[in-house]
Amino acid sequence: MNDIRIRNISKKYGDIPALDNLTMTIREAELFGLIGPDGAGKTTLFRILTTLILPDAGEASVCGLDIVRDLKEIRKRVGYMPGRFSLYQDLSVEENLTFFSTVFNTTLEKNEDLIHDIYVQIEPFKKRKAGKLSGGMKQKLALCCALIHRPDALFLDEPTTGVDPVSRVEFWDMLDRLKKQGITILVSTPYMDEASRCDRIALIRSGKCLSIDTPEAIRKAFDKPLYAVRSAAMYPLLGDLRAYAGTYSCYAFGDSHHLTLKPDGGDILRLRQYLKEKGYPDAVIEPVGPSVEDRFMDLEMEAL
Amino acid sequence: MNVIETDRLTKRFGTFTAVDRISFEVKEGEIFGFLGANGAGKTTAMRMLCGLSTPTSGSARIAGFDVYKQTEQIKRNIGYMSQKFSLYGNLKVWENIRLFGGIYGLSSRRLSDKTDELLHTLGMESERNTFVDALPLGWKQKLAFSVAIIHEPKIVFLDEPTGGVDPVTRRQFWELIYEASTRNITVFVTTHYMDEAEYCHRVSIMVDGRIDALDKPAALKATHRAGTINEVFQALARKAKRGE
Repeated sequence: MNDIRIRNISKKYGDIPALDNLTMTIREAELFGLIGPDGAGKTTLFRILTTLILPDAGEASVCGLDIVRDLKEIRKRVGYMPGRFSLYQDLSVEENLTFFSTVFNTTLEKNEDLIHDIYVQIEPFKKRKAGKLSGGMKQKLALCCALIHRPDALFLDEPTTGVDPVSRVEFWDMLDRLKKQGITILVSTPYMDEASRCDRIALIRSGKCLSIDTPEAIRKAFDKPLYAVRSAAMYPLLGDLRAYAGTYSCYAFGDSHHLTLKPDGGDILRLRQYLKEKGYPDAVIEPVGPSVEDRFMDLEMEAL
Repeated sequence: MNVIETDRLTKRFGTFTAVDRISFEVKEGEIFGFLGANGAGKTTAMRMLCGLSTPTSGSARIAGFDVYKQTEQIKRNIGYMSQKFSLYGNLKVWENIRLFGGIYGLSSRRLSDKTDELLHTLGMESERNTFVDALPLGWKQKLAFSVAIIHEPKIVFLDEPTGGVDPVTRRQFWELIYEASTRNITVFVTTHYMDEAEYCHRVSIMVDGRIDALDKPAALKATHRAGTINEVFQALARKAKRGE
């Protein structure tokens, strides 16, 4: 079974807990997203599961192998793309690929079918040094290197940070195809539209799991009525909405502000009246369905 | 008043035209979103606007200064911050403020007032002696932004300031941007988050070195019959012929 089982894992750096009794299971061939603020413990979890560091307590297995006892076997079975670009900058694209295939006792040709879609995009630059590639190209090369030995589980730590929206869509289309080949994928991302493309996501904070479910269920767990509010003057509107006595939370959300009211916060008619008095005769208030991002911010607010 | 004016600004590297005759203006206090795919020419364009790279042809005036002849004056009148480089992690918070304030030419007296004011506004008084490396990413970025405008520049250039940042912290960062804009500081910002494009007064989208679209977010969506800026971006950026 190519699943990932995490049982009561804890890890401290000095006095600072990075992971705090974390338990979760990622199923075989699942595309699983890790969402959380900086310092939530995402990278620590990646490093523990790829056998680069040891947990202080708890147990975990990857593809049925124990992260402490079977570390050598795990390393053959997983691919890891760290958040910081970690290929050899002074080797060319081709040399990096050759190096990683040799280390894993394989060849580029043997696994060409798996990486074909991405490899064709970097092939025109194969003589270029990795350090001279653009951000998007570096990510693609790093993914190729992580896949070169046909891993059963793939760990991707913020693979699309700094990547433009078109390339991000292509990258996630690629992840969908890898998943269909049976590869288990654990990926962290700061982009909520990407989180919505996962089978399940875990929202983590301070080393603990706040919520773990499908994107659909996470959206539905947002149980307060949510309104989108717009006017010509958006920034002053944000301040005035927050100052409104009935407001529970208000955040900028693209072209509108997302607002929830306190249980005793009054009705929309009263809010409409307030906005008129504050000088927003053009304000539009309409009910809107919550996104994963709304739920994430709601949980963050509760956690604070 | 325009604080940025470019006319057919171009940069070639050998036979490769990285930036291809871009012409646009940015007004004082405006939040201007400078969008484009990786490799579209954003960074090269920004380097010219900051006086760090001499254009091949065309013209541009930044805060009234010429990008060919007055690059030193340009540098004095702008601030710059990027996700990749902003503060020194192995210097303390106050040391970073002192270093950058000094580089931007603030007097010692003014610097000490500014340091107190800045730490107070950010709610970071207790972090004065903390090494920047030990700060959470969100704090680091807010501090970096405040340091980039410590000398009250006419324009601040932000190169992907919120890359890799969680939703809550990104929003807090944008509130600082709005606040700077209300103080008439022009904000020139690149981002890969398309919801952030909606927060800009106007946005441009670069494709293959050209500016293919420039307007208010609402107008761009109307012109391209799209529901979101992301859809506009996807439609335009997919026309790109050149690779990264």
